[in-house]
Amino acid sequence: MKRRDFIKKTTLASLATLIGSEIVFGSNLLDGYIPLALQDPDPFKMFNKQKGMVVLNDKPWNIEAQAHLLDDKITPNSSMFIRNNGLVPTDLDAQKWTLTIDGESVVNKKTYTLAELKSKFKHYTYQLTLECGGNGRSEFNPPAKGNQWTVGAVHCAKWTGVRLKDVLEDAGIKDNAVYIGFHAVDNHLTGDPKKESISRGCPMAKALQDETILAFKMNDEAIPLIHGYPLRLVAGGWPASVSGKWVNRISIRNKIHDGAKMGGTAYRIPCDSVAPGEKVADEDMCIIESMPVKSLITYPKTGAMIKKGKALTIRGHAWAGELEVSKMEYSIDFGSTWISCDIEKAVNRLAWQHFQATVNFPKKGYYEVWARATDTKGVSQPMLLPGWNPKGYLNNACHRIAVKAT
Amino acid sequence: MSINDDFKKSEGKAYRFVLILFSTMIVFISASIAYSIIKPNLFGFQPELSSITKNPSKANFKDGIHLRTGLINAKGLMTVINNCTGCHSSKIILQNRMNADRWNATIKWMQETQNLWDLGKNQEIIVNYLVSNYPVEDKGRRENLSDIEWYELEN
Repeated sequence: MKRRDFIKKTTLASLATLIGSEIVFGSNLLDGYIPLALQDPDPFKMFNKQKGMVVLNDKPWNIEAQAHLLDDKITPNSSMFIRNNGLVPTDLDAQKWTLTIDGESVVNKKTYTLAELKSKFKHYTYQLTLECGGNGRSEFNPPAKGNQWTVGAVHCAKWTGVRLKDVLEDAGIKDNAVYIGFHAVDNHLTGDPKKESISRGCPMAKALQDETILAFKMNDEAIPLIHGYPLRLVAGGWPASVSGKWVNRISIRNKIHDGAKMGGTAYRIPCDSVAPGEKVADEDMCIIESMPVKSLITYPKTGAMIKKGKALTIRGHAWAGELEVSKMEYSIDFGSTWISCDIEKAVNRLAWQHFQATVNFPKKGYYEVWARATDTKGVSQPMLLPGWNPKGYLNNACHRIAVKAT
Repeated sequence: MSINDDFKKSEGKAYRFVLILFSTMIVFISASIAYSIIKPNLFGFQPELSSITKNPSKANFKDGIHLRTGLINAKGLMTVINNCTGCHSSKIILQNRMNADRWNATIKWMQETQNLWDLGKNQEIIVNYLVSNYPVEDKGRRENLSDIEWYELEN
């Protein structure tokens, strides 16, 4: 036995004693990896995130990227935002993991092991844009309650799994099915075992889309624990809270799912628009479905100083929830004039699209480069904040970067 | 026994010693970490002051900020720490700006859905602390870009 391996095994044994259970696949742990149960205070190491990420909250863990960290076409784990409503589970066993399909509208309640899911159903891989419903919340005025996300709560990783519809149809869907709701193993912040931290879902039409999958791989590897290992529901283009992590049960409901964070003001906006700061009764709030059109300049990082007369290459991504982006423009004069730029087709439906442009600055001075995407229905990003809502969702105002020509 | 064998033997001894020392250290450190994680749960939801937060020493503060939580040292701080940082991080308090009405509504929501206890007369102390130390600022419909870190871009 190699010495290092021996040390690793000894250490694992003591870790297992502490956590009170065997660390499955412990010998596959990376060098320097510390199980979450021990809660390394350094989230960057613990979740393998790059240093530029910003920790908004540490109980529960909420961490966001910055625009320039999202330059990759396929977002790597190191730049993916973390959003949790509850506590990160600590004792997951993929070997024993099961997924149950139940609910009022299931024909036959069924339970599958992870191995059965993988062997019984065809695998599909899609790149899917997941954006937190509250991305951009920090800009609302008056301020909206919750984690103050700026621009970095979005990612577009590659997910591999089985289609949710294949699994649901295998169990059987009754004619009266309306909605699906997921259930997961993460504990409520209070530790109260009777409470679920989050149990959201989507209408049957979204559940039955080809791209709505039960994923067991992210970017060709096992999903990192913090992003839902070993099984995650992924529903691109909708608030990322629909894409439940650590999922072990999906209920086919005969009504709109009523799990945690489905009601009240959670992931809802006023059904009819309201003035900033206006009180809205719970019954006048409607569930958010598709996310709106949006874009992000990921290169260069804001604050670039360039020599006068030199052209500047900008690039980034644009996405439009259920729709596609049909037009991409930028402005260097605060929206007085807009210049069209190239926008690529998406690699698959619900994946973000990439844009690029070469920008010329006429003379020395301070500039802002603003980006504006337009979707296939002709709806564009606003330059000002969109409609105010109590929880500060759906801020798709144009992204901009500061540039100086010197 | 050759010198070489002797060396190997003592190397082996030294290695075993280091290994035992290392493992003991790991167990000890891990146990401390685990205890520090478990400890807060031992207090459950009891809104009682712990001895640490009851008598904060000056060393816990710098420039008027409570170091562990990042909260401003002002009247009501300990009531806020003891009632509001058991379930969630102080970071979520620091991020939010609300008026008294909305803080009261938030407290009601936490009582209805998050197992928050009845705060009694502490509720007024907490809300006063929040609105006076973290007042709502008018941001308008779109703010200027700020805190820009300028850098030379070679292109």
